Order: sequence, then C-alpha cells, then structure tokens
Amino acid sequence: MRFLAIAQAEMRILARNRWLFMATLIMVLFALALTFAGSAPTGTLGVDMLTVSVTSMTTLSVYLAPLLALMMAFDAVAGDAERGSLGLLLSYPAGRGEILLGKFTAHLAALTIAMTIGFGTAGAIAAYMGGAGHESVLALLRLIGTSVLLGGVFLTLGYMVSSLAKSATAAAGMAAGLWLIFVVLYDLGLLGAVVMDTGGWFTETLFPWLMVANPADAFRLWNIASSESVALASGMVGAASALPSWAAPLSLAIWPLLGFAFARLAFRRVEP
Amino acid sequence: MTDKILEINDLVKDRGKTRVLHGVDLTVSAGERVALLGHNGAGKSTLIKTVLGLTKLGGGTVKIAGHKPGSGAARADTAFLPEAVSFHPALTGREQLTLFARLAGQKADIAGLLERVGLADALDRRIGTYSKGMRQRLGLAQVLLGKPKLALLDEPTSGLDPISRQDLYSIIDELAAGGCAVLIASHALTEVEARTDRIAIMRKGHLVADDTLAGLSAKAGLRTKMRVRVTSDAEALVQATGGRRMNGASVEIEIDAAGKMEMLRKIAEMGGAVADVDITPPRLEDLYRFYAKEELH
Repeated sequence: MRFLAIAQAEMRILARNRWLFMATLIMVLFALALTFAGSAPTGTLGVDMLTVSVTSMTTLSVYLAPLLALMMAFDAVAGDAERGSLGLLLSYPAGRGEILLGKFTAHLAALTIAMTIGFGTAGAIAAYMGGAGHESVLALLRLIGTSVLLGGVFLTLGYMVSSLAKSATAAAGMAAGLWLIFVVLYDLGLLGAVVMDTGGWFTETLFPWLMVANPADAFRLWNIASSESVALASGMVGAASALPSWAAPLSLAIWPLLGFAFARLAFRRVEP
Repeated sequence: MTDKILEINDLVKDRGKTRVLHGVDLTVSAGERVALLGHNGAGKSTLIKTVLGLTKLGGGTVKIAGHKPGSGAARADTAFLPEAVSFHPALTGREQLTLFARLAGQKADIAGLLERVGLADALDRRIGTYSKGMRQRLGLAQVLLGKPKLALLDEPTSGLDPISRQDLYSIIDELAAGGCAVLIASHALTEVEARTDRIAIMRKGHLVADDTLAGLSAKAGLRTKMRVRVTSDAEALVQATGGRRMNGASVEIEIDAAGKMEMLRKIAEMGGAVADVDITPPRLEDLYRFYAKEELH
C-alpha cells in the first residue's frame, strides 16, 4: 500500500506546518460566529436553534470548504516540482495515480477533522442553547459529510491546476481563479441569465440543471432540499423543488471522481 | 545472459523543434562506474530523465536490466540522486528515508544507512535545518536503499566539502563492488578521473567520446609532457631531444605516448647531466577540452 506511505508523510507535514490546526481553528471560529449571529430568527420561523445554525453554516461552507481545499492542494505537485523532489519521488516504483491518491487521502482526512470539529462544536453549542430535534441533528451530520465531499472536489481540482501550472505561485493564482469561478462567478452568470430570461424556458427547465452541475451549488441544494426546515430557514425552496432528489447527491458524488481523473491526466503530462 | 545493466541505443530526443539528443549509444555494465561529462545543456540531464522514464524517448531504445524505462521493474532496479536534491523541510531525515523505503518496498535499516552517510546525529532533526551538504548526504542514503542494479547520480559532489567527497566516492566504490552499474554525471573532472572505469563525454546532444582514460588519451593524441632538470648544459639536452628550454636549468619535452620510453632511454643515457625528470600525462581536463571543442562531423 504505497499510497498509505505517502498519505502518512503528507499528514505529518500538515500537522507539522500547523495547517491542520489552522484549518480547524478557522472552521471553529467561523462556525461559532455564524451560530451566534444567526440565532435571532429562531422564534419567528418556528425552528430550533441548531437548524438555523446549520443553515448559516451551509452558506459558510460553500465558500470555506473549497477555499481550504484549494489552499492545501495547490502546492501538491508544483511545490514538489519546484523543490526538485518530484523527479526523485517519480523514480520510485509508486505510480503517479498512487502519489495523487496518497496526497488526497491525507488532505481529505485533514478536511474531515477540521469540518467535524468546527461544525460539531458550533452544532453542540447551538443544540445546548436552543434545542435540537432529530431532524436538525441529521442536517448537521449531512452538512459535515457534504462539506467534506465538496472539499474533496476542490482538492482534486487543486491537484489539476498544480499539475498544469509552471510554478507554485502560478498554481496559487490559478486556484484562486478556480474558486472565484465556481463559487461566485458561476452563480452570478446564472442569476444574470435568469433575469434576462424573465421566467421563460431557461428559468423553468435548464436553470436548475445548470445549477446542480456546479458542485458548490449541488452542495447547497442537497443540504437545503433534504431538510424542509433548513429550506424554510434559507428561503431557497424554489430551485430545489424543480429537481429530482437524486440530482444534487449525484453531482457531488461524480465531481470528486471527475476531478481526480482531470488531475491524473494533468499530472501524467508533468515532466519534472 | 548479459551483465549490461543499462543499454542505450541510438537514443533521439526532441524538445519542440530542437533536437537535444542525437543518436546516443551508451552501455553501463554491472559493477562498472562510468562518468558522463559535458557542459551545461550538453544533454546529460535529459539522458538521465529518459533513463528514468520521466520523459518520452523520441527514437531508439533504452533498457534497464532488460526493462523499459519508467516501467515498475525498471524503477525498482534504479536508484537516482538528483542534482541539488531537496526534500520537504517539515519531515525529519528518518521520516523521509522511511517514506522512500516504503515506496521501494524495502525493509531497510534506516538508522544504519543514515550513519553510513554521516547523518547519525541529525536523524530526528527536520530537513529544514540541514545544510546543503547534509541534504546531499540524505539523498545519497536513499540511493543505498535496497540493492539497486543501476545508480544514476547527477552532480553528486555539488555542495560537498572535500572530506565528504571522499566519503561519497568510497560509497560509490562500494556500490559498484556490490555489482551496481553506476553512471555519474559530473563537472568535477579530476575526481572522476581517479574514480571511474570509463568516461563518456557529451557535446550538444552528441556522445563524442566513450572510452577509458588511456583510450581517450591515445585517440586524442595528446602529448605527454616531460620536464627535465639538468645539472650543467641545458643546450646539449635541447639538441639531443628537440625539447624547449624553459630556463637555465630545465627543458620541457612534449612527446606522444608511443615515444615516451624511447625518450626516457635517451635521457637516461645522458647520465649525470640530468638531475631530475617529471612526467605529466595528459589530464582529464585537457582531454575534456579536446573532446568538448572538437568539431562535429
């Protein structure tokens, strides 16, 4: 199991350079801030505080999970190439797919730790202060799971730009661009199209599918559509109800595989 | 059966429209130490990358113990020391070497290996605190992992102090004695001279020489220099040998390798008139200059 050897070394590196600690700290702080800031509408909507907290954290995770993942991943290939250790690594019997898989395993584990502790802490506090039902606990677990999946997608996309870029600095720039496109610009573009279309065929039929094709939006839809009360709290019922329930989970399940395939293809062409 | 570990035949490599390797032939046998010399850009690193399977060949064949470059079997048989090697600064020497051992599928004595290269004290220190020479030693330690059939060392002495260089070459000797084929790309000409069995010289993607030091000298026709110190009459010696007078007491004679003994006898016949004789055979630097400047046909 060569990829496990790489995963172990990568995990050690994440722990040593305080990445794991920083990522977890960022998640805890943001999740706590949102939980307390968003606790006001509990009474008016008739949902418990954990539900409101999960809704706020879903919005947060759309931005933060891809960002943390890209920050971990952009250096994965370009950094090794720049240090000159990539050539040596590739002269060993481990295949390129195994190397990527090893890094992915470690990075995904780090994301899982950060997400679980971050959202878990905020969720526990919200539940303690404002109560939690069976459904809202499920929503929290779903949030953690889907956040890790979303992070996984952007890890693989990060490896892809890391393989395509000529230097680690260029890879960082490309990663920032990727984040902007997937998380901000894509939605703005769709929104613009919907406004232009004024409720025609595009808005009715194509728009929901285009939306779910973006992993960040699929993440949002999955969390919102699965929980009625979360949907109520977020006010995003419309788009979610236009799609079959399997659409968002399918999108989030396919994207990591797709991203890994892209990264593997890009890595194949890297000549250290 | 053959003991040829590395076999390169008519290797061609293009980068864009530029041809960087022009039909290179080179073999390295088990236990043989071959120096690969050449200017920057002569194609040494490209050649090594091709053997490692890191870059595709444009034509010709490369075989490592009968396997295709980049195949699992070839990679398992090959050890590589990159030029100015670097590792992740957050890992310790022991951790880095353990990772390499696991990747190679070896159960290695990590502490013993690190002691062998003089890093016993730095075993559990982070590589970020290592000096350049220490990183190079760590790189060398991973070459010794397992029993490679072929070792490719790219500028192995860069960044090493003279004592470390001696250590390095004794480790290379050990490797070769164990049956490993060693290919050393180097600029450090004088050290390579004493420590290798054969010398290959590259120039602008062509292999312009591949022979033993003596063979190269004979082909190049470089002359041996003799410096004769006389006790009395330098002029008589100049007359007898056709040498060149350096100062009042010495004469310098340049001679082909074949005529050396003849000339020595002539000088010996002069008896007491000669105080001392120094003989300087052509050095690797002269040879290198000769082959690296030679016009391509």
